[in-house]
Amino acid sequence: MPTIAQARSKGERAEAPVPEAQARPPRRRRQRSGAAYVFLSPWLIGASLLTVGPMLASLYLAFTDYDLFNTPRWVGLQNFERMFTQDDRYWNSVWVTLKFALVSVPLKLAAALGVALLLNKPRRGTGFYRSAFYAPSLLGASVSVALVWRSLFGSNGVVDDFLGIFGIHIGSMVDQPRYALLTVIALAIWQFGAPMVIFLAGLKQVPNELYEAAALDGAGPVRRFFSVTLPMITPVLLFNLVLEIIQAFQSFTGAFVIGSGRGGPSDSALLYTLYLYQRGFNNFEMGYASAMAWVLLVVIAIITVLLFRSSRKWVFYAGEGTR
Amino acid sequence: MSVQAATPAPSVTGTERRGLTVRTVLWHVAVTALVLVLMYPVLWLVSSSFKPADEVLSNLALLPDHGTTSNYSQVFGGVAGYSVWQYFGNSLLVSGLAVIGNVLSCALAGYVFGRLKFRGRGPLFAFMIATIMLPHHVVLIPQYIIFQKLDMVNTFWPLVLPKFFATEAFFVFLMVQFVRGLPKELDESATIDGCGPFRTFWYVILPLLRPAVITTSIFTFIWTWNDFFSQLIYLNDPSKFTLPLALQIYVDQTSQSAFGPMFAMSVLALVPIGLFFVAFQRFLVDGVSTSGLKG
Repeated sequence: MPTIAQARSKGERAEAPVPEAQARPPRRRRQRSGAAYVFLSPWLIGASLLTVGPMLASLYLAFTDYDLFNTPRWVGLQNFERMFTQDDRYWNSVWVTLKFALVSVPLKLAAALGVALLLNKPRRGTGFYRSAFYAPSLLGASVSVALVWRSLFGSNGVVDDFLGIFGIHIGSMVDQPRYALLTVIALAIWQFGAPMVIFLAGLKQVPNELYEAAALDGAGPVRRFFSVTLPMITPVLLFNLVLEIIQAFQSFTGAFVIGSGRGGPSDSALLYTLYLYQRGFNNFEMGYASAMAWVLLVVIAIITVLLFRSSRKWVFYAGEGTR
Repeated sequence: MSVQAATPAPSVTGTERRGLTVRTVLWHVAVTALVLVLMYPVLWLVSSSFKPADEVLSNLALLPDHGTTSNYSQVFGGVAGYSVWQYFGNSLLVSGLAVIGNVLSCALAGYVFGRLKFRGRGPLFAFMIATIMLPHHVVLIPQYIIFQKLDMVNTFWPLVLPKFFATEAFFVFLMVQFVRGLPKELDESATIDGCGPFRTFWYVILPLLRPAVITTSIFTFIWTWNDFFSQLIYLNDPSKFTLPLALQIYVDQTSQSAFGPMFAMSVLALVPIGLFFVAFQRFLVDGVSTSGLKG
């Protein structure tokens, strides 16, 4: 993302209209530039007062001890030291979040791609099915569905009864440290509709000739999937992967509600953002919470950059290179 | 699997056609079964909201043995001291204002970035794009402090005001993309006819932006309606609670026996989303597939 933006900004600077030397630019252009800034003023105010300013402020607060009532006290690196070396709950939340992301994102994308392949047929009703599969993505972020989840996976819940048919008796999954996070992961996977719709759009772009050529060469369905479909949709896969990982790291509502607001039994579903919330808004340790937020930002940025870097090795852009 | 169907069907003889039909039927059966499994939690929720207290957990069937609306009447009678309508109204007010704010501010910013030439456009545009990826948590605490200093905590302002300043860069980007797709001749001829930039925006661009405006409105509404984190942080007086907050508080306060009313309230919280979905599913799904908006 940043690279695209930079490239664009460079391109546009080249065509920037008003050279310094020109003492009096044409009247219309000046008017327009003025109008542009007037129109942009809501965004400018928002960007400076609600984004840049707060970002810098939280960077400052990360190095302070601040409880919202007394003035912030500069403590240097103390918050980070405590976070990295003394806070077991912090590391637990990191671990829980990693587990959550590493399990839920691949499974969610696999489900999304699988169903997208199933729906990628010129058949009657695909539009309806597409919408139906997408619906959970809209509903899943709500407290309502998280509450349903708590009941479904709770004691005497539907899932427990269902597993009982196979002789598996776990009891209430949401109340056991071993399983609580699994239920949150299940809720995330349930919302595979949004990446599925994006995959479908990508699948539509794969030219039919490629399949025909592959079929003529004697490639079966499996071979055609791995040699044609998968390489052709790697750009979409990258897009979905980046978006889902960023989302997974910031996931909150499901874990909050399913874990009864505490992060589940013995912190087993204490996602990073949940812990940040507890530190900031239950304990009023705003400095510590700000430090946590900045670590999150840096980690997300690093992961995004690494994904884009690695993409040179595995993302195939048709129209470039080997074609 | 999909690959086979993607190749255009060759001229079909009788037997082949029968083969295809069987396959089509099987496909429909499989996909419908998947949809049903996926929708089960929602169906279960709706049915549970009509079950009497002793049935909610013991009866796993989707149809209640003795259907009742008592859960709903209990919820309408009052939750945490206020009728559910109050929470419903609060949610509606916050979501409605958020829609107005987002549409106006993002359309304006999108028009400027997509059409007008001005100094500093490149860097500003790059910054706008970068903020799409910014995790909200980095600005969360200072924003909270700002609203606290303005004495706006426990009002709807912190939830609504930022939307009027185009802070949701994704929608700005959506608008930019759309504005770029509009033929330039239109606003040029408006300029020749003597329209200034503002009138050009209001009478020429904004009406043409309709699809992007609709997409922005729907997603803003649903996201704000579902939003839990900001509402949890900023609202603490029950009379100001939105539906998600009221639900969570209700669950915390009541014992296990009150599942029925809880589900009734959950259904009410999902009704607007369901209505939006049924009415605008095309826009929703197309919005996702063309711009990568997340549901």
